[in-house]
Amino acid sequence: MMGQDREPARAMSQPDRPLPKTLRVLLPVIVFALLMGIWEATVRLRGIPPYILPAPSLIVQTLVKDWGILFASLLTTLRSTLEGFLAAVVGGVGLALLFSRARWVEDAFLPYAVILQVTPVIAIAPLLLVYLPQHLAVVACAWIVAFFPVLSNTLLGLKSVDRNLAGLFTLYDASPAQKLWWLRLPSALPYIMGGLRIAGGLSLIGAVVAEIAAGSAGSGSGLAFRIAEAGYRLDIPRMFAALALLSAAGIVIYAGLSAASYLVLRHWHESAMEGD
Amino acid sequence: MMAISCKSVTRRYANGTEALGPVDLEIREGEFVSLLGPSGCGKSTLLRIIAGLDASSTGSVAVGAHARSSRGIGFVFQEPTLMPWACVRDNVRLPLRLTGDDSPAGRTRVDELLGRVGLREFAEAYPRELSGGMRMRASLARALVTDPDILLLDEPFAALDEITRFRLNDDLLTLWRDLRKTVVFVTHSVFESVFLSQRVIVMTARPGRIFTEHRIDAPEPRDESFRTSAPYAGFCREVSALLGQASVADGGRVA
Repeated sequence: MMGQDREPARAMSQPDRPLPKTLRVLLPVIVFALLMGIWEATVRLRGIPPYILPAPSLIVQTLVKDWGILFASLLTTLRSTLEGFLAAVVGGVGLALLFSRARWVEDAFLPYAVILQVTPVIAIAPLLLVYLPQHLAVVACAWIVAFFPVLSNTLLGLKSVDRNLAGLFTLYDASPAQKLWWLRLPSALPYIMGGLRIAGGLSLIGAVVAEIAAGSAGSGSGLAFRIAEAGYRLDIPRMFAALALLSAAGIVIYAGLSAASYLVLRHWHESAMEGD
Repeated sequence: MMAISCKSVTRRYANGTEALGPVDLEIREGEFVSLLGPSGCGKSTLLRIIAGLDASSTGSVAVGAHARSSRGIGFVFQEPTLMPWACVRDNVRLPLRLTGDDSPAGRTRVDELLGRVGLREFAEAYPRELSGGMRMRASLARALVTDPDILLLDEPFAALDEITRFRLNDDLLTLWRDLRKTVVFVTHSVFESVFLSQRVIVMTARPGRIFTEHRIDAPEPRDESFRTSAPYAGFCREVSALLGQASVADGGRVA
């Protein structure tokens, strides 16, 4: 009896012991399989019609059947996302460098960056579609939502240069270019990588929002447009299939940027260290 | 010939606080001088003014001709202040790169200094892989890599454990003996200042002024045996007494 009591007490005293690596990878997979199983069973047992809720198996079938059209749309969306993301990186880091040159530049322009950030992009998208060609409008939406985290993180990073290290560069009469490339940008790199990780997912969201807006106007070719289109046709399984593809794209983008961040920072930054 | 000469140097902060001075100080070429004083007395500020990292409010600082060039002064901070993204060799090489020296001689010098401070095997290691003492050694090597006339050290060993500190004190003395730099060493440790220097400058509390100075006329080279000798204990007692008087002197007012 007492022996039994002691067991759970000891287990509770170490609540945060990290799980073995294989289990950590396996666990979400098991949860996923479980949820899909419940979903499939519910649809089958209750006889829910596919135009209300398609079973996972039907979604996979639709994915295979419509692969040609969905994959082409996915590529369109990914292209817009990538272009918006790259523009956000260039724009965010570039603006941050500009802002950090002089205090007054930051004071003058940062509020507008904030306004652009806090205005819901779904409300801006229809306007952009009025003024810009569709592809450009989608890229612009992706850029609008993605550039701000890059900008604010880079600004923060540029301001967190070690004071003494900066003194050292002054001592040896370093040129502005040397300070930028060898001191300020490397110091800001962990922050920039953090900004990129957020921006990657956001640029996908921005692109999808613009595509939905374009889709409601009856034109477009991206994956979100396929969702809108399928919605009008009550082709619910295809909506789910397109949604699954978008989720997968988001996951791949996030994982890719996390891996890039790890590769860049692994030697020196705490965030990229293996837990030991 | 004076390596460093400060004339009526003062430093007043933007908020009006008098941090330093006026200070008059002359340091000969090849001399090892310690600036000893209570925390916040402005001794680090004085060092930064000599290095040109801070500006004095009034007064002037003159250094020798070579020391005026961008390679003439080496500075060691309280923290190792290494670039975490670069390996030890690149950190030590930084001053050469910043001053546009990409010569083979420079690279040889980097390796020679790494050897001197015992980091040859760690040239490719990143700072976070090193102990605190090893990081400080890398920082020392970096300060010496341009072959400066003047070496300024701002409480460099304060954060280290005593055993490591003693060892680095010995190493610093060996370096000084071999390379004959002018060394200004800021510390709040009486023992460290007595062990290392030829002359200890005792400073008052804020605003920091020179209270007095004390010559440490001990034979050289000094090593571990000096640390346990009677003269060493005597010097420490004298300097401690002076520091005690200095911390209540405060330029005429009682702190």
